[in-house]
Amino acid sequence: MTDNINEQPEGRAPARVIGTPPSNGPILGDEIVHEAKGVPGVIPADPAVAKRAERIVALLFTITFLAGVAFIASYVIFQVGTIDRTAASNYALGSSLSIALLSLAAGIVVWVRQIMPKYNLVQERHPMASDADTKEYVEETFLQGANESGFVKHKMLRRTLLLAAAPLGLAPLVLLKDMGPLPGTALRHTVWGTPTKDGKPRRLVVEGTGQPIRAADFNSPGGILSVIPEGYEEDLNALAKATLILLKFRPDEIKSGTNLNWTHDGIVAYSKICTHVGCPAALYEQTTHHILCPCHQSTFDAADGAKVIFGPAARPLPQLPIAIDSEGYLVAKSDFNVPVGPSFWERGDAEAEAREQKA
Amino acid sequence: MDTTPKAIAGVSTFLDDRIGAGSFLKRNMRKIFPDHWSFLLGEIALYSFIILLLTGTFLTFWFKPSMGEVVYSGSYQPLVGVKMSEAYASALNISFDVRGGLLIRQIHHWAALLFIAGMMVHMLRVFFTGAYRKPRELNWLIGVGLLSLALLEGLTGYSLPDDLLSGAGLRITEGVMLGIPVVGTYLTFLLFGGEYPGHDVISRFFTIHILLIPGILLALISAHMVLMWVQKHTQMPGTGRTNKNVVGAPFYPTFMAKAGAFTLFTFGVIALLGTFAQINPIWLFGPYTPADISAGSQPDFYMGFLEGSLRLMPSWEINFLDHTVSLSVLIPALVPLGVVMTGLALYPFIEQWVTGDRREHHTADRPRNNPHRTAIGFTGIAFYGVLWLLGANDEISANFHISLYETTIFGRFAIFLVPALAYFVAYRICIGLQRKDAEVLSHGVESGVIKRLPNGEYIEVHTPAAQDIADHIRGKEEIPIIESGVDGDGIPPKGARTALGRLRAKASEAYGTDHIPLDEGHGHDEHAAIGAGDHSDGHRDGH
Repeated sequence: MTDNINEQPEGRAPARVIGTPPSNGPILGDEIVHEAKGVPGVIPADPAVAKRAERIVALLFTITFLAGVAFIASYVIFQVGTIDRTAASNYALGSSLSIALLSLAAGIVVWVRQIMPKYNLVQERHPMASDADTKEYVEETFLQGANESGFVKHKMLRRTLLLAAAPLGLAPLVLLKDMGPLPGTALRHTVWGTPTKDGKPRRLVVEGTGQPIRAADFNSPGGILSVIPEGYEEDLNALAKATLILLKFRPDEIKSGTNLNWTHDGIVAYSKICTHVGCPAALYEQTTHHILCPCHQSTFDAADGAKVIFGPAARPLPQLPIAIDSEGYLVAKSDFNVPVGPSFWERGDAEAEAREQKA
Repeated sequence: MDTTPKAIAGVSTFLDDRIGAGSFLKRNMRKIFPDHWSFLLGEIALYSFIILLLTGTFLTFWFKPSMGEVVYSGSYQPLVGVKMSEAYASALNISFDVRGGLLIRQIHHWAALLFIAGMMVHMLRVFFTGAYRKPRELNWLIGVGLLSLALLEGLTGYSLPDDLLSGAGLRITEGVMLGIPVVGTYLTFLLFGGEYPGHDVISRFFTIHILLIPGILLALISAHMVLMWVQKHTQMPGTGRTNKNVVGAPFYPTFMAKAGAFTLFTFGVIALLGTFAQINPIWLFGPYTPADISAGSQPDFYMGFLEGSLRLMPSWEINFLDHTVSLSVLIPALVPLGVVMTGLALYPFIEQWVTGDRREHHTADRPRNNPHRTAIGFTGIAFYGVLWLLGANDEISANFHISLYETTIFGRFAIFLVPALAYFVAYRICIGLQRKDAEVLSHGVESGVIKRLPNGEYIEVHTPAAQDIADHIRGKEEIPIIESGVDGDGIPPKGARTALGRLRAKASEAYGTDHIPLDEGHGHDEHAAIGAGDHSDGHRDGH
């Protein structure tokens, strides 16, 4: 409970011998501290304590001086350029700066607590509201000014001024329009749908190496690859929608949710962009065939059309139709039949539309 | 020293002749500031902000807010030859090729965390002591605005280095924006200059982060300070303190010196953290690509509650008339933030409505003395806390070997149950503490003196509580209750006739009823001390 008490008078804590004065508090006849003499609520510091404190403060300030010099010296002495040298420079600069600041702070605190007086000064508060006379004067002046301006009397002036202000107020917002293009149908397509220059279907390449994938080489069931479209390896806008995860299953593992026509020899490609808020759903658990998005833990069953089995995502990861080209490399047969990634207002139930189209 | 040194007197006269500074100083040099440890919490945020401005300016001298592609050729060997954005490359350069750059970057990041943490605890202090009450509602609203802006400032800030971790935050921002009904897609295309990630967002966030929001923050913080100055600080109840005065130390010299020292302490501690506690080691994450992410990606602490709420949400989505409303994004991203911020902003006014209290308040409440307010505060903390904890459920799952999904399912229940429990527990603790206070006043405190009575019984003599403690306890204020009872003719007052009026009357009664009135009932303090033997229920040491 005493934690809440602020500024406990220190006289009450230690018992003192009856008849001796309290160790602090204003002592009558103390001539040494004459600045605060006679000021009620100002309790001057004990001169002996103050004298000792001055030495401590001086020591702390001197430490700050030395640490400050050390900081400048560190800047000159410790060069950067390798990881180790950067680390050394960081420690030297940081510790000298910290010592300088903390020591100066500690010095001032000792100064305030042991050299400056203790205060118990009282100031009156006054109500925030102005007094009646002032209010009345302000109101009168306001009305007088309003009438003098003619703003009330001249209706047309008032209305056309408001009229004039409206478009000017909107102008800054209109100017922002060119910050970006209109969405159009951009979110409905990925680069998998655009054919290559020579008109062939687009190849799947491994993210990082850019190697095309020969179906026959991707043959260990349980395998997983992060895959991007050939020709767009460094186009982040394209990758933000077109990145895939490629999985290999044994035929008996694939369940009905997966479109078998869009697989090749047990190889299935799903969008890697989570349908919740778009993080790459990058974690795969081989034994359960679960794809997990590390951001919000939406979990998809890769063996069953990547349907959602846990978490906030509302839709399965779209499956990309894949096949092999004449050289045996995996290619996209077409674009995804539904928009990939997070939901947006204009999306609608694209899955249902796709089913209808098929039927 | 009996005369003012010439240098100071000269400058002062120069200024006074031109702007009449004297009368301002006359009124304000000895302005009284009350003292309590909890009054320092807001200062932490203030000084962190100053540090942020200083270190942030330093960083802008080297940072290049561009998404243009460059090949890294700096000192950090593992990334040499890697293609990356200029923003990321320049952030690496600040870390490895500018002397003191890493230190200042880390100080900037730590100061940002302390800025927001400082604001949060300061806000809790103001809430629990009722310091937002009239006439300080405006400053409370400014504070809520500051906190909201600070979250946005943090988000735009940690997106700037364009490393893999910051990109994950940006991607989530985009996903949430896309989910906004009707205008979401358009807003996203405007912000990103087209499709995500585009080539504009870093430079746009940069302008927002270093100019727009800091400018508004600076203006609001100044207004916050001016209002605090004009209205004078609240004080804790105690000896000689009333609602009409302020007791403490003068601005000049004590408070000024203390504030200076506290600035230096804040800076010093942040410098220590910046030196020895590595934060956001962007070089380990690599450049951003939307195709990759690292497991265990965590945002800064103040965004954790949003992460948690997104994780808790079941997969709800509505499709109608070819349009989509993704509730599994919208609800968790907007509702908790909206509930917390709107609730905070409205609380002073709701409380006024419930209690009908239109008086000025300058004495801070002790949290226990307004148990319902304190309980509501703890409900808020519990709500925020559960979301925040669940924002790290993957870490909890990995470190404590609990199934990941079980932590989520636990969270879906806990988000409703824990706040309710927190309300109950906080309320009971408040009542318990009030009982303790009442006992101190009526029975006094244990003296440590054991007395043997003629019948052989040992008792401990109680002495009256020390003056300052007793006065602190007596500072308890009555919470007004609006008039709701029927008058002599059986007619309820006008306000209490509607359903809303009846609700208000009920809430008012619950909110204001004092269950443990302070009772100095055993007469005067001397009585309590002498009579203490009669009430020595807990102190029998007899045979």
